[in-house]
Amino acid sequence: MVVAAGTNRIDPYLIPALDGVAYGLLVFVAASGLVFCFGVANILNLAHGLLYAIGGYTAAALLDGGWPSLALALAVGVLAAAAAGVLLAGLLTPVAAGNHLTQALLTFGVALAGGSLLVAGFGPDDPQVQVPAALDGSVVVAGHRYAAYRLVFIVVAAVIAAALYLMVRRTRAGMLVRAAVDDAEMVACLGVSPARIRAGVLAAAGALAGAAGVLGAPIIGPGTDTADTVLLLSLVVVVLGGLGSMAGTLLAALAIGEIQTLGVALLPSAAPFLLFAAMAVVLAVRARGLATRWGAT
Amino acid sequence: MRDEVIRRGRGAVGALVLAGLVVAPWVVDDYTAAILARTLALALVGVSVALLTGVAGMPTLGQTAPYAAGAYACAVLGSQISDVGVVQLAVAAVAGAVLAALTVPLVVPARGVIVLMITLAIGELVVTVLGRWRSVTGGTDGLAGIAPVRPFWGLPVLATDQARYLYTLIVVATLVGAVLLLLRTRAGLLLRAGRDDETRLRASGHRVPLQLSGAHVAAGAIAGAAGSLLVVAQQYISPADFGFDTSALLLLGVVIGGTASVGGALVGAALVIAVRDWLFGVLPGHAPLVLGALFVATVYLLPTGVNRARGRLRPPSAPASQPDPPPARDHATVPELRA
Repeated sequence: MVVAAGTNRIDPYLIPALDGVAYGLLVFVAASGLVFCFGVANILNLAHGLLYAIGGYTAAALLDGGWPSLALALAVGVLAAAAAGVLLAGLLTPVAAGNHLTQALLTFGVALAGGSLLVAGFGPDDPQVQVPAALDGSVVVAGHRYAAYRLVFIVVAAVIAAALYLMVRRTRAGMLVRAAVDDAEMVACLGVSPARIRAGVLAAAGALAGAAGVLGAPIIGPGTDTADTVLLLSLVVVVLGGLGSMAGTLLAALAIGEIQTLGVALLPSAAPFLLFAAMAVVLAVRARGLATRWGAT
Repeated sequence: MRDEVIRRGRGAVGALVLAGLVVAPWVVDDYTAAILARTLALALVGVSVALLTGVAGMPTLGQTAPYAAGAYACAVLGSQISDVGVVQLAVAAVAGAVLAALTVPLVVPARGVIVLMITLAIGELVVTVLGRWRSVTGGTDGLAGIAPVRPFWGLPVLATDQARYLYTLIVVATLVGAVLLLLRTRAGLLLRAGRDDETRLRASGHRVPLQLSGAHVAAGAIAGAAGSLLVVAQQYISPADFGFDTSALLLLGVVIGGTASVGGALVGAALVIAVRDWLFGVLPGHAPLVLGALFVATVYLLPTGVNRARGRLRPPSAPASQPDPPPARDHATVPELRA
């Protein structure tokens, strides 16, 4: 009883804060693909939201409440989104390297056409997503009922984030990625084809976005404006976190998650402006660091 | 000699297009006149995109932000202050300029593709704010029933589509003329010089960030004024008018028009918007698919977009093993725009 009285003041905000963690980790998994694209291949991939939407629609189509369907949806969603990433890399191959305007326009065209195909294939209504029956209920967290799926999602997304970190820090592919961020020409001189790096990075970005799309379908569900939402959130993550480190990306994603949930609960009237305010604050803190750091990477 | 012919030809085509635009409202029906007026407003936003992308060297996907700010300021504030079009135009331009000035610290220190990304984020955030700030913007339903304006004190209210179209045409022509004149002054030359070789211009004592900030605010004011024209032309606005696809379409139009050319931007943006409107009319279900395919096709057809064009332009005497120029982000400038 005493403990309950003590936690009362933060009590109403516990659930939004927990939601924020789930939301933030989801945004992290989705945005890290965009960070790779942007940092390694130097491509502003405007079709990134589409890759997430592919995963989301796959989840909606395949999930039927059982565990095998979740595994199947995850496999299909990741493969489909990665394949879409490779297709995008193929389309980008003839476009002059470094011509960002045409690259952006090309990926936008793909996003537009792909979004239209998804709507044609799955219908214009936002589909319902069925989570596995075992996770459909709620669990009690500090005296509150909380959706079990979200709690499990937090754990799974944290595992994905840790695996990603280890891959980038420890494996040879990760070393190549970091080397390409630092000096793409030197990596090309070492005999690694830039076209292969681009295809690999876009496939990895697709796989990450696809996994986020499948697992996050109950949180940011598939729909006609999903692609736009995910692209916007990922862009804000890149603006806030920079391209320097995965820790920056993770912090930015968690901050966005909390802003979108806890921030809205605390300051409902200021909710529309919170993301803007976050960008302004980060800018004030880092002053000119934002641009110089990008210039250096 | 050939340049002279091209210049005269361009002038003749320009005059012909202008004459066509002036007589258009008497030739076409009301609906087409309304669509034309909206296209003109968007083409003016295209001019502001060209100003930033081509002339100043800051490729932007976010000019819909000051455009939206201008439109909503005109609809919410301007219509309460006065029903005179010129006043509303000024209110909208100031709103666009203020939004652009507020985002200067975000945009101006960045270069190249990072500007694209930051401006895109700003544009999308503005649309999100418009959709959620219901008490002022009416949310995603938008604002309808905006009172008609009179162009100038003492003139009658613009009641017909023809009148609204002519008002839009006059304002767009005036503003585009002002932009063209401004670009011929020293300020325009310095802006181009900063795009082509920023380091050198800095070394000779010019304050490039200040110039870029000025260009950004000016482009914001132009886009804001275009927002006021949209309100006049449509008498209804909603966040859907300022979406991400509009920015991308305008950028495509500007790239088709030659990036640095104001006239080209007008024509390119108007062309792209017209194709979109036409497609949504004839293919209601599949317009985005065809539009996306057209985007991809256009990129491949653009003379500067594809590698083989660069190979063709390279002098034949150059050794085959010559390395390509380093990518843009190694420098503070945006070399891709020079191609």
